Amino acid sequence: MAFERSIEEINEKIRCGNVVVATAEEILSMAESDGYENTFRKVDVVTTGTFGPMCSTGAFLNFGHSDPPIKMQKVWLNDVPAYTGIAAVDAYIGATELSESRGFEYGGAHVIEDLIADKPVRLRATSYGTDCYPLREIETYINRQMLNQAYIFNPRNAYQNYTVAINTSDRTIYTYMGILYPKMANATYCSAGQLSPLLNDPFYETIGIGTRIFLGGAQGYVAWEGTQHSPSVARNEKGIPIGGAGTLAVIGDIKKMNRRYMRAAVFERYGVSMYVGLGVPIPVINEKIFRNVLVRDEDIQVPVLDYSVGRRKRPALGIVNYKQLRSGSVVIQGREVKTAPISSYKMAREIATELKKWILKGEFFLSNYVQPLPKNQNVKPLEIRDLEDLEVEYEKNR
Amino acid sequence: MKKTAKKAERRQIFRKRVMLTFSQKLVGQPVMYRLIKEYDVAVNILFAKVLPNETGKLVVEFSASDEKRLNKGINFLKSLGVRIEPISKEIVRDEENCIDCGACTSVCRSGALSIDRKSFELVFDQEKCVLCEMCIHACPMKVINISF
Ligand code: SF4
Ligand code: SF4
Repeated sequence: MAFERSIEEINEKIRCGNVVVATAEEILSMAESDGYENTFRKVDVVTTGTFGPMCSTGAFLNFGHSDPPIKMQKVWLNDVPAYTGIAAVDAYIGATELSESRGFEYGGAHVIEDLIADKPVRLRATSYGTDCYPLREIETYINRQMLNQAYIFNPRNAYQNYTVAINTSDRTIYTYMGILYPKMANATYCSAGQLSPLLNDPFYETIGIGTRIFLGGAQGYVAWEGTQHSPSVARNEKGIPIGGAGTLAVIGDIKKMNRRYMRAAVFERYGVSMYVGLGVPIPVINEKIFRNVLVRDEDIQVPVLDYSVGRRKRPALGIVNYKQLRSGSVVIQGREVKTAPISSYKMAREIATELKKWILKGEFFLSNYVQPLPKNQNVKPLEIRDLEDLEVEYEKNR
Repeated sequence: MKKTAKKAERRQIFRKRVMLTFSQKLVGQPVMYRLIKEYDVAVNILFAKVLPNETGKLVVEFSASDEKRLNKGINFLKSLGVRIEPISKEIVRDEENCIDCGACTSVCRSGALSIDRKSFELVFDQEKCVLCEMCIHACPMKVINISF
């Protein structure tokens, strides 16, 4: 019978202190030096990591009740509006929300980073006042300690592959993929490639709802499929999606996070975003999973898209792989183009290594997922339609 | 070994990197041409920019066969009203807060900024920097600044 190991067995080994863990990068050289079969039998867990800008980041906060109490209707944290159309003192602060006084310089991501750095944050709220919540205005200071709950809830993270951005127009453009010079003078990419969580488990066989992960320097969880999760995009012969595919919604405790792994970012003339440190351990439960974690940068192809086209469907100018991208230049349409990353490979490596240490120290146990992620679906576009179109479409798809 | 060293000595070249600022009235005049022709100073333009007030800014590297010649050329430029500043400005990075993402390397045309292929750390080669300041805009962490 083929060799297999269960997550329960792995956790037992973590408890006993004899678990064998390798990062998604280390496993490649191990398989080379020790051989495929030996490495498969030896390594129980492979750790992955990624550290890139994830706009779909935000946090739920509960401030506690003031005396007299207030039913917050509008709330600002360091002048950045947060959403409070939920219970009286609950709010959601989104990473990309901009400060009303400082604009692009400071946003929701900075508020989150400041909270994690134990800095004081100014809270201001207004309300219309009710019989049970008479207060109409409040101004005070908070830090993460003072909050009842403070947790990250990111609707979309850990994009499985992405795109390469390039600009064919005659002017410099400013994007969430960085500054792109005219006439294809540079190209940027954004993925941890062979270290990236979902590229090491391309069919979501171990990563699912409930999976315990590394999030922002603390233990977090996969909460749901991420928004725009689209596993059905075209895949290469190794099963690796060519372009953005699966995504994860993740949750984790701000009170336990480390600022090193949660960093506010400003993209010139685009806006605020947040670099989020995320790592997922992959239990090597069978040979198929083992084969998957042997993915290399050269196995991962990614389309080059023209970001000067401000349309939903941007024309693809070619397909390259991450090994080529990391070499510093690629050939696109017969021309050599300088390439640069937007996400930090060094930090991705650090996160995978940190997660490995946690497991070796017996501080982090692996979890079976509660429910797998959908494996068959696409992203739907938003069409501008009238009510009649909507009804026709609805009947057609029913 | 010895031979090449001698050769290099004979051919020794004096180089100087400076920033030139000149007014609109000089734009269109054959200043650089005269510098090269009459003073025998080679000019390598590293960076050029016309500011909104129409003054021009150039970062250049002068080279001449001896220092005297170089200084003569520089005095000639001064006599025309060109402001010459030694490049004492430099690009500085707050290493503690840099995340080694590499976003700055994408806009650095001179090759001064790069990501090391092994350590994946950001490497900055001051020598190659032409002070175009693009990296300041490109850094998402806002950890690059210019110091005077
Ligand atoms: S200023 Fe920045 S972008 Fe420009 S050459 Fe120097 S290091 Fe490169
Ligand atoms: S863009 Fe900024 S944070 Fe990123 S590597 Fe360059 S200096 Fe460091």
